[in-house]
Amino acid sequence: MQRPFYFKIFLVATLLLGINVFAKENSHPVEETEKDLKSEIKEFIGHHLLDSHDFTLYTVDEEKNEHVGFPLPVILWDNGLKVFSSSKFHHGESVAEVNGNYYALNHGKIVKTDAEGTITYDDHHHATNEKPLDFSITKNVVFILLVAILMFFMFTRMAKSYKNNPIPKGIGRLLEPVVLYIRDDIAIPNIGKKHYKRYMSYLLTVFFFIWIINLLGLTPLGVNVTNNIAVTLALALLTYLITTFTANKNYWKHIFWMPDVPVFMKLVLAPIELLGTIIKPFSLMIRLYANITAGHVVLMSILGMMFIFKNWIGSPLSFGLAFALSLLELLVAALQAYIFTMLSALYFGSAVEEHHDH
Amino acid sequence: MEIPTIVGAGLIVIGAGLGIGKIGGSAMDAIARQPEASGKIQTAMLIAAALIEGIGFAALFAS
Repeated sequence: MQRPFYFKIFLVATLLLGINVFAKENSHPVEETEKDLKSEIKEFIGHHLLDSHDFTLYTVDEEKNEHVGFPLPVILWDNGLKVFSSSKFHHGESVAEVNGNYYALNHGKIVKTDAEGTITYDDHHHATNEKPLDFSITKNVVFILLVAILMFFMFTRMAKSYKNNPIPKGIGRLLEPVVLYIRDDIAIPNIGKKHYKRYMSYLLTVFFFIWIINLLGLTPLGVNVTNNIAVTLALALLTYLITTFTANKNYWKHIFWMPDVPVFMKLVLAPIELLGTIIKPFSLMIRLYANITAGHVVLMSILGMMFIFKNWIGSPLSFGLAFALSLLELLVAALQAYIFTMLSALYFGSAVEEHHDH
Repeated sequence: MEIPTIVGAGLIVIGAGLGIGKIGGSAMDAIARQPEASGKIQTAMLIAAALIEGIGFAALFAS
């Protein structure tokens, strides 16, 4: 008897959404807002994909500049350290003044301006103003730190529970199978029994970090850390550095002077192989970034459909599709973490592979 | 976006889709033949699919 009850809730929820949209439709002339609405949705999606200097949960009134959220600290290096709160920007509406210097927000980036906040543009519509070095605690940084703290407490609790009892308690029961899976099915088959222990800490960290932060991205908090290319660049760079600095003689020999290959082919293959060492982490970076960005864009476009259709079909359709896509995104969140860890392990494995006769 | 860009993006998606589809189909065949090796086959399938996907995304972003 449970199922019909949930079904009723689903129906009522979608109908309520429909009524809400209906109410909006009646209060606006349809033809006039059609064009504006589409560009507004596009703008909203674009804004969601960017990092921001304040944490906005909900916008009450766009015109009155009323938002629910809290400001974050801005840290700039511009002939000396400058620290101030991002509330001075008033969500990009006003110019912040610090010790006689003026700063303004231009598409989420801080630029140095004069007292009036004039921003000059070049032909390609990029701001030509001077940009100070920005070390701010932005929204993404807040969530990276949050995940770091969360993981620290989760794993220290798990480790402590092993001291008295070989059977884990609490959070450890959830995490132990995952940790064992990474060890037995990712690290050992790809890196080999002899060397895998060195890389386990990195593989576990990167797996849980990407997984948790992807899952946070599906909550309505508006977090989108892994669809910032700088974050995925840092992760891929770590894989690249670890591969490069732990590689043995055999690995470099196979890149620069492959055995059992004619000399002419060696000369051709060496640059290709050298380029390959950079392309591998590059593809790691692009894959994670593009998958998560694509997921967020499609999900938000489907939610935007609700406002474009403006009839009773739109809301249930949008709700149902968004629900199905959210389930798919749950899979993608774990799958991308798995793929990143798996390929990292594969690259580490090629770096420490022992010599064997061909 | 201009029309050639959109056509190029479409071609990329067709190519990547065909590639990943072929991998998935072959993996299904292999699992049907040897269900006991399904774990290893799945791993190999995911790696190959991820590599193609990476190329697809790289091309999409370049277009």
